[in-house]
Amino acid sequence: MLKWITFAPLIGALLCGFLGKKLGEKFVSFVACGSVGISMVLTFIAFFTKLLPLPENKRQITEHFFTWIEVGTFRADFAYLLDPLSGLYLLFITGVGLLIHIYATGYMHGDEGFYRFFAYLNLFMFMMLTLVLGDNLLLLFVGWEGVGLCSYLLIGYYIERKEAGDAAKKAFIVNRIGDFGYSIGVMVAFTTFTSISFVDKEIGGKVIPSLLSQAGGQAVEGVGMFGVMTVIALLLFVGACGKSAQVPLFVWLPDAMAGPTPVSALIHAATMVTAGVYLTARCSAIFTKSQTAMLMVAVIGAFTAMFAATIGIAQNDIKKVLAYSTVSQLGYMFLACGVGAFSAGIFHVMTHAFFKALLFLGAGSVIHGMHEEQDIRHMGGLKKYMPWTFGTMLVGWLAISGVPLLSGFFSKDEILWQIWASNSLPPGLGKTLWVLAAATALLTAVYMTRLMVLTFWGKERFKVAHGDGHGHHGDKADHHAIHPHESPAVMWVPLVVLAILSVVGGYVGVSAAWGGHNQIEHFLAPVLAKAAPLTDAAHGAVGAASAAASEAVHHDFTTERIFTGISVVIAFLGIFLGWQMFTAKPLRKMPRLLENKYYVDEFYDAAIVTPIQGVSKNFLWRILDVKIIDGAINGIARLFGETGSAMRFLQTGFARSYAAIMLVGAIILILYFTFR
Amino acid sequence: MDLYLLTILLFLPLLAAASMWGHSLAWLSRVPLERIREHYRWIALGFAVAEFLLSLLLLIKFDSTTTEPQFVINIPWIEGLGARYHLGVDGISLWLVVLTTFLVPIAILVTWRVNNNVRAYFTSLFLAQVGIIGVFVALDMLLFYLFWEMSIIPMAFLIGVWGAEREHRVHATVKFLIFTVVGSLFMLVAIIGVYYYSGANTFDLIDITRVLAEARAAGKTLIPESWAIWFWLAFALGFFVKIPMWPLHAWLPETYVQAPTSGSILMAGVMAKMGAYGLIRFNLPLFPELSMKLAPYVMALAVTGLIYGALVAIVQNDLKRLVAYSSLSHLGYVVLGIFAFTSQSMQGALFQMVNHGISTGALFVCVGLITQRRQTREISEFGGMATQMPGYSTAFMIIAFSSLGLPLLNGFIGEILILIGTFSSTVPYAKVFAVIGAAGVVLASIYILWKMQRVLFGAVTKEENKELEDLTRRERLALIPMVTLAIVLGVTPMVFLSATDRSVNYVRSIVVQQSTK
Repeated sequence: MLKWITFAPLIGALLCGFLGKKLGEKFVSFVACGSVGISMVLTFIAFFTKLLPLPENKRQITEHFFTWIEVGTFRADFAYLLDPLSGLYLLFITGVGLLIHIYATGYMHGDEGFYRFFAYLNLFMFMMLTLVLGDNLLLLFVGWEGVGLCSYLLIGYYIERKEAGDAAKKAFIVNRIGDFGYSIGVMVAFTTFTSISFVDKEIGGKVIPSLLSQAGGQAVEGVGMFGVMTVIALLLFVGACGKSAQVPLFVWLPDAMAGPTPVSALIHAATMVTAGVYLTARCSAIFTKSQTAMLMVAVIGAFTAMFAATIGIAQNDIKKVLAYSTVSQLGYMFLACGVGAFSAGIFHVMTHAFFKALLFLGAGSVIHGMHEEQDIRHMGGLKKYMPWTFGTMLVGWLAISGVPLLSGFFSKDEILWQIWASNSLPPGLGKTLWVLAAATALLTAVYMTRLMVLTFWGKERFKVAHGDGHGHHGDKADHHAIHPHESPAVMWVPLVVLAILSVVGGYVGVSAAWGGHNQIEHFLAPVLAKAAPLTDAAHGAVGAASAAASEAVHHDFTTERIFTGISVVIAFLGIFLGWQMFTAKPLRKMPRLLENKYYVDEFYDAAIVTPIQGVSKNFLWRILDVKIIDGAINGIARLFGETGSAMRFLQTGFARSYAAIMLVGAIILILYFTFR
Repeated sequence: MDLYLLTILLFLPLLAAASMWGHSLAWLSRVPLERIREHYRWIALGFAVAEFLLSLLLLIKFDSTTTEPQFVINIPWIEGLGARYHLGVDGISLWLVVLTTFLVPIAILVTWRVNNNVRAYFTSLFLAQVGIIGVFVALDMLLFYLFWEMSIIPMAFLIGVWGAEREHRVHATVKFLIFTVVGSLFMLVAIIGVYYYSGANTFDLIDITRVLAEARAAGKTLIPESWAIWFWLAFALGFFVKIPMWPLHAWLPETYVQAPTSGSILMAGVMAKMGAYGLIRFNLPLFPELSMKLAPYVMALAVTGLIYGALVAIVQNDLKRLVAYSSLSHLGYVVLGIFAFTSQSMQGALFQMVNHGISTGALFVCVGLITQRRQTREISEFGGMATQMPGYSTAFMIIAFSSLGLPLLNGFIGEILILIGTFSSTVPYAKVFAVIGAAGVVLASIYILWKMQRVLFGAVTKEENKELEDLTRRERLALIPMVTLAIVLGVTPMVFLSATDRSVNYVRSIVVQQSTK
């Protein structure tokens, strides 16, 4: 059953890829959406009828397909694992995936590469589901690289545009740098535990306990200790930073917006980029054994969240704003993981999938309606032209800003509270991180408000239409002014569904402080490890104290309720500030440093890319290879050659000169033997 | 049948060549030249395919539960010297033989339009094939040497006569010849030395290995230590040049670039593996302690070449030169894996040899196809081929991703096994080498993606590129099997690995046991 969840989209991809061109758009739409639909239905059946009825601590369904690699003690199976964590991911991947597929049939309508687009998109679904279902680190890596491949293909989808090609390449290479960490992490894990599997496996005749259960038995490595658990965790986290666009490997995600918008929604917002969070949660048994690693995760997450939010506030491309927002929200999720609140992180992954997919698809609808205009400075007043898009995006905006009772509010509030209440961080740091996170929440509300205001409210600032865009708007080429229009129903219906999900999606995680049951947390608890309280010798007393304090706090909800109040204030304050600033002066000049994204790309170019190319070309190749290595060889050859030509003069062909030489030689020999 | 299978396999290409020369002059004078050429092409293809199908018998009949050589034929050859006609196949050579027979028909298909002295061209190709297969099946050192040399000469002709540019190809040929012949002379010296000191009056590799092992078990050293190191180095020199290992690769860029596509395919695809194979067959079992002792140095050279080749590949503007340097990088993994002496790394190395044959072979095919169409190898002359040649581009992309090690394609399996095996190896500094090796994977994605982008993507800027024909039926016939294999090996590597398992671990156990004593 599990394998059909993944194979349905794979078959869809093959059908679209090989037959799609001949059989046309209808066929492709049907196959692509149908296959994801099958996958979704199967997921729901598996989740609700197979997984949920199992007792809470035994929720684990495995399916062995075949042994992929087995050499010596190294074993990697092609086998799937359905448990609460992968189950939850599966639900929203297939659900949101299906909606985006449907939307895309409208968005990509008339595009030359329609079949190719859906072949890649279906292939992506296969890879993403494999990533989540894989029962070992290597199969997870198959999906991991596979989604990277699809991301590459889809970012570079508009083949003829150079910037699309550049962005695709950048995404892949930056991810590869992350994967460098991941693969070494796998090596260390294997040499340490002789297992890379998430479930117990028989290797060479004896049962080897899973990587995670072995890791669970290890001692906790305190802050500043660099034991093997820290090494594994940090290496895996390098991989997570690449895939989930965290500092310093975040640079690819904003550029990735060169791909078609449904791709940005599906891959670069809702699913693929959260794979890093998935990895961290999946390996929580490893991460929690290293307080250094947890600290790194939290700090990188917090820093990324803040950093990206400040950039986001100064961007003018509607998709770029959302991209930086995604980077920032991902930082939030890592921050949650880093303080040990894995389930809060996963909760935010889910709600974020709803509202960010919604916002991206809404943005796509705007771009569509504006004939490929992406610059929000050239929009304005769109709400009367696009009522559905406006209405749904409004929900997304409020959800991401953290307005109470919408999904984003619950998950974000949970994270903020968990940071404050965490007892696994050195004293002071937890509070600092909380301040960063709260400030980020405020900024999020501000830049999202800016985006909405500039797009939907105020004066119309349309430019004259610029030609025919690319391909599917060719028929509008002769228009001279832009006439925005609402997108077809096939596009706005998914928006409505996502809007509903963005409203209600948060109720599965309502905290006990507000009369909820925090079902997500309970549901995920069996697969997530708990962060060890800070009981390092130096901080022993503090750790114990704060542990006791947090115990107390859990019984008394007053503090938690106060913090919820603070969250609410932050959300409304951000929206208010944004509204005030940008309704008054929409095109307000933003700081140049922010607009230029802190010049990070320029810095990487100057510090890494140019030197590598320079050294490779001017030293390694031109000098070392051509002049020295090859030169030395040619030098030897020349030496032989010249010795040969020198010798040639001896070969005169005259018998008497040979005789003379022989005579000289004989004399020398005689002299030698006489006088030695 | 089993007794003669290898002999038939070995000499069928000779028959193919002979049959082309056996046509009566009367017939030749009556028919037009182009028809004669076409006739030869079909003969060549027919024989090459027959040879491949025949080699599949090896796969079918191969018994993967034993470490003994199979399909053995062992009869005296030069009695006075103790040289024997001893052929056999085990898990180490099995796939290399099949890889050779697989690549030759492809080489013929992609150089179908060679018009210059067609008969001599195919003869050279077949003679090279005899030599290569001979190297992989010979179990007698002298026989091995004979085939080794035999593969070099026809290859030199292929480059010198049917190579790319008149003004450069001869120079490339001379360089190739000098390098490989000098290398193999050292090897010959080592062979004679081992023959002399083993005192068994035989060139039989299996016997000598056994004699040496028994002596070691008895606490004797037959080959004096002062000599052993020189013999080891002499063998290694011959093999390193062939692979080639950095810094003995100076012949590689020029030779690969100048060779006709068929030559590049065979050189990179299988002849490079002759070197790696030689290391496993000679250096490891004959000198286990030395191999273990020298392993860190060899691995250091391997990772140097691995990174170096990748970095230099990044900045190439000539497509074929880029593939040549990338080949240098990929072969670094093979040697790294061999000298890490773990079952993962060595199995991975063997896997990587076959992989590299498929993916680099296919890359040379891809490069050859567009070079043929445009008569240039300059990367900047291309761009936007994806819109002009979609079929070609798809194949190119799959192969490119296989060579940058994308999971579910063959390249990944080899690399990950080598890296994991190397990381868990007990050889000093192995962990460092594994980490450097993993960095090579990042570099590979840089040069491959950059190349792909400049050739396949972007807008078509050159007038000449607007009318290019997509893959012809013949070209598809050449590429599809390679692409299919890349996927099949990536998804179900166990088919391959289970056949090599015993033999590889046997060699490994010789090294590990002897050196831990």
